This record gives sequence, structure tokens and C-alpha cells, in this order.
Amino acid sequence: MESANELLTILPLIIIGAAGLFVMMLDAFTGSARLAYLATILFSAAALAVAVSDLFGPMGESFHGLITYGGTSSFGMVLVMTGTLFSVILSRDYLEKTGMHIAEVYSMILFAAFGMLLLVSSNNLVTLFLGIETMSISLYVLAGLVKNHKKSVEAALKYFLLGAFATGFLLYGIALLYGASGSTFLVDIAATEDKGMIYWAGVGLLLVGFFFKISAVPFHMWTPDVYQGAPTTITAFMATASKAAAFVAFILVLSRALPDARADWSDVIWLFALLTMVVGNILALVQDNVKRMLAYSSIAHAGYIMIGLAAGTDAAYSAVLFYLFAYTLMNIGAFGIVAYYEWHKGYDFTEVSNYSGLGFKQPIMGVLMSVFLFSMVGIPPFAGFIGKYRVFAAAVDEGLISLVIVGVLASAASVYYYLRVLVHLFMKESENGIVLSRPGTLYTASLLILAALTIFFGINPGVLTDLLGSFWTVQY
Amino acid sequence: MLEQYIPVLLLVALAVVTAMAFIVLSRLLGPQRPASNKLGAYESGMDPVGQARDRYSVSFYIIAMEFIVFDLEVIFIYPFAVRFQEFGAGTFWAMMLFIFILFLGLVYTLKKGSFDWTAVPLQDEQSQESSYKIS
Repeated sequence: MESANELLTILPLIIIGAAGLFVMMLDAFTGSARLAYLATILFSAAALAVAVSDLFGPMGESFHGLITYGGTSSFGMVLVMTGTLFSVILSRDYLEKTGMHIAEVYSMILFAAFGMLLLVSSNNLVTLFLGIETMSISLYVLAGLVKNHKKSVEAALKYFLLGAFATGFLLYGIALLYGASGSTFLVDIAATEDKGMIYWAGVGLLLVGFFFKISAVPFHMWTPDVYQGAPTTITAFMATASKAAAFVAFILVLSRALPDARADWSDVIWLFALLTMVVGNILALVQDNVKRMLAYSSIAHAGYIMIGLAAGTDAAYSAVLFYLFAYTLMNIGAFGIVAYYEWHKGYDFTEVSNYSGLGFKQPIMGVLMSVFLFSMVGIPPFAGFIGKYRVFAAAVDEGLISLVIVGVLASAASVYYYLRVLVHLFMKESENGIVLSRPGTLYTASLLILAALTIFFGINPGVLTDLLGSFWTVQY
Repeated sequence: MLEQYIPVLLLVALAVVTAMAFIVLSRLLGPQRPASNKLGAYESGMDPVGQARDRYSVSFYIIAMEFIVFDLEVIFIYPFAVRFQEFGAGTFWAMMLFIFILFLGLVYTLKKGSFDWTAVPLQDEQSQESSYKIS
């Protein structure tokens, strides 16, 4: 029987799960999207606070080893809750202005966040699977939020069909690994003596399942369509929180279940990281739609992050965690500003050509967009630079020099498509007489906070990197 | 040994005889008014002849989904019910929590009008003009 202490180790999960049910009931009995929004903000902030305080707490396992807490898991929770909180704040204005503000959005976001929290704290492949499915099913619904919009429905259906297929791969991988090792616990799988065909087939299928979730090439086909079709702030949520959760779970599996087989999976990830960076960046170059461009850019970022996974050392994992944090901050910011432009009527403000001259009409938004995009390029003094630098440095230490060279060249190419947006914003004359409305105070404030964090952790990364480094030196 | 199966044999014989008797009696005594409707499927109430891709009320799907949810709930409850005395009070409260969460789901669909068959179910103003067109 579990003691109260064990329940405390999954406190953020309990808060978010209860919040999801509460908001659902709020919707059923009052139907007020505004109340649902307020409750979601409060609960998400509470869960974020608990997750942050857990960062400095103990690490260990609970529930007979099904759950892992503290350290990497707590940091994963911080990533997920940061993504959730900011997406929710940005969602309200955007959804209200585009006429999609319904209370269901918030309960689905909370259920998805619950799945992500379970995913990052899983110490067993079954817990992991439960987390992935809770997350995915809620995200399928969120992608199809706009029932009367063709692109949104297409996105939801595509995401659902491909996602279900990838789930099949993941589940089959889990089944084979169970067959080979006789257990679904990560530590028991690490102790497998007999590494025969079944074991390797299981590892391979498991990798495919994860590659789909982190949208690595060639499992990336769904990403641009889904990111474009879904409402923009929901895209921000999918691109940051769900991807960060999948990466953290990937780290947990690689480092705890398959540490001995590193030499083998490292080569596989090496190849996929290379493909992901090259294809993601090249396809991003030719996109005229900003949401699609950001989707391909997120594929490219997944490639850079995978360099760290291929290196597979403790230093590389902590670099990946830092990168994920920077990635979350700058992506929510960028999508938030696209959402702001998009809610103005009259023109399709996801097309980059319609961005001409908008930068000077609302200078705050223009400047913030520059901060986020420069951070994505990886220019100091922004957090994106430190993330990239630390991942590349960890990989060089492991001798993956050719991969790092490709990474650096690819991120040099990425300057073109990021700066193209800024060129349109600031260096072209406005062709249409559109008047931009003032964004809400909370909307601007949350974007300012994101930008401030991006700059703060770019100038002063030591605060976080010391903490992340300590996760991997403590044995339990 | 085989004697103890005689009652079963008797029951089978009785069933056959009764069924035959009813068929024969209804043919002899009943009025004969043949109609094409009588050859149709009885229970589901839908025309079995024609295109399979027919439109029918979305309420069927909602009922089916709720049936599946509670059907699956039973699948989880059975193994729990068989073993819960060995596992103690913790499992009992865990199962209660599980059932409570599913109950909240039922309350939600109820409030959203899933059993309100007279109204157009689960639709907002935008989609009321046309339920099927997507654009």
C-alpha cells in the first residue's frame, strides 16, 4: 500500500489530473470558457511551482519502481508545465479573437499535460506507454478543435492515423523487449543478458516510435500539416510541451534501459540526426507559410537535439535538457507572435509576404519576434546559442565531429529562413493599410517574460547548467 | 453414467416439439397477410438493402462510444473483484477513484446533451447550418 509520501512524489500529476476533471465539470455545469481559463491558469501555475521546487528535492523511484521522480523527471515536468502555462495564457486572446474560445480546449490541454507529466516520470515501459497515449489522444482532439475548418480537420485526421500507426510500432517494440528481458521495468531491461534478435528488434521498434513523436526524418511527414492546420497557440503547445516530454522520456529510456547498448543505438541516432537536420533545414528554406516554416524549423531543432542523444554521455544529456528549455521558451514566443498577427482579419497572416512592414506598426511585437528568431538561429547572447553550443561541445567530446560540422552548417543555412521573416517585418514597405490592434496586457507580459528568460539564460546559463549537471552525478 | 443426461435429452425434445407446435399452430390459426416489410431485418430498424455508406443519426455513435467506455470499465472491474481482498484497501480506493473519474465523464456527456435525442446533439451555432459540410 502506498504511503502519503509516495503520492507526494507525483504531486504535479495529481494537481493536473484533478484540474482536468474540475475544468471539465466547470464546462459541463457553467459552460464558461473564462472560468475554465482561470482555473487552468491557477492549477498549471501550482503544478509548475511544485515541479520547480522538486528540482532541488531528492531523486528516486516510487510506486514499486513504476515512477521516477526528481532530477531529470522534475526538469521534464518544469518544461511541460512551462509550455502548458504559457500556451494557455496565449490561447485565450487568440481563441477569443478567432471565435474558437470553448471551455473544452482547457480540459483537453490539461489532460494532454497530464499524459506528458506521466511520460517524463515513467520508469517502466507500460507507464511510458500510458503517458504517450494520454498525451497523444488529447492532442488529436486539440488539433481538430476547429470543426468547420478543412485544414484543421485534415490535420487532426492525419495526426490520428499516423500517430496510431506509430503507437503500434512503439507497443510492438515494448512487447518484444518484454519478451527478451521478461520485464517492462527500465532497470531490468538494462540487465538483459541474452541480447538476441528479439531484443534488437524491440529496441529498433521502440526507437521508431520515439522518432515519430519527436518528428525525426523520415517520420516527420505529419509535422508541417498538423502544425499548420491546428490553431496556432495549440501548435505552440504541441511543438514545445509534447516534444520536450517525448525527448525527456527518450533520454530516460536510452540512459536507464539501454546504457550497455549505447555503441549500437548511437550509430542509428547519428544517422537519423543527420537526416533530420539536413531535410528539416532544406525544406524550411522554401516555405512561404510561417507556421509551416516554424514546423520545419522544429524538425531541424529535433535534429540538433538528437546530436546530443547520439553522444549519449551525462554531459550531453544535460546539454539536451538545457536545449529543450531554450527551445520551449523561444518556440512558444514565436508561435505566440504569429498567433497575434493571425487574429487580425482581412489577410492571411500566416503567409510571410503579408508580414511586410508589420514590425513598425507594433514595435514591441516586432522586437520580441526578433529576439525569439535570433535565439532559434543560435546567436549569442540568447539561450538558443548556449543550448546549441553545449550540445555540439558534448558531441565533439565524444568524437562525433563530422555530425557537428553538419549541424553547424545546417544552422548557418537556417539563418536565411529565420531572417526572411524579420526582413519582411522591418525592411519592406507595408502594402496593405492594416491597423494592428493592441494585444492584451497579459499577452504582452507573458511574451516579455519568455523573451526575458531567453536572454537571461543566454547571458547567465550557469544557474541552470550547474543544476542540470548535478542530476547525472547523483546515483540512486 | 449416461442416465443422468436423460433430463437434458427430454428438455431438447420438449424444446423441439414446442417450437414445431408454435410454427404449425400459427400457420393454421393465424391470419395470413403477407407484406414486404415483414421480410426486413427486425431489431436494428434500419433498411438492410442499399448503400452501406448511408447517413444516419450521430446519436448512434455517441451511444456506442459510451457503451464501449462502460463495457471496458467492467473488464477492469472483474479481475479487481476476484483479487481485491488479497490486495487490501488501497486497491479498493483506487478502483473507486477509477469509477468516479468515469462517472464524471458520464456526467459531462449527459450535461452536453448526449442523451437529448430531440435536440441536435453536441453542436454549436456555427455548425448548425449544415451538419455535414466541412469548409
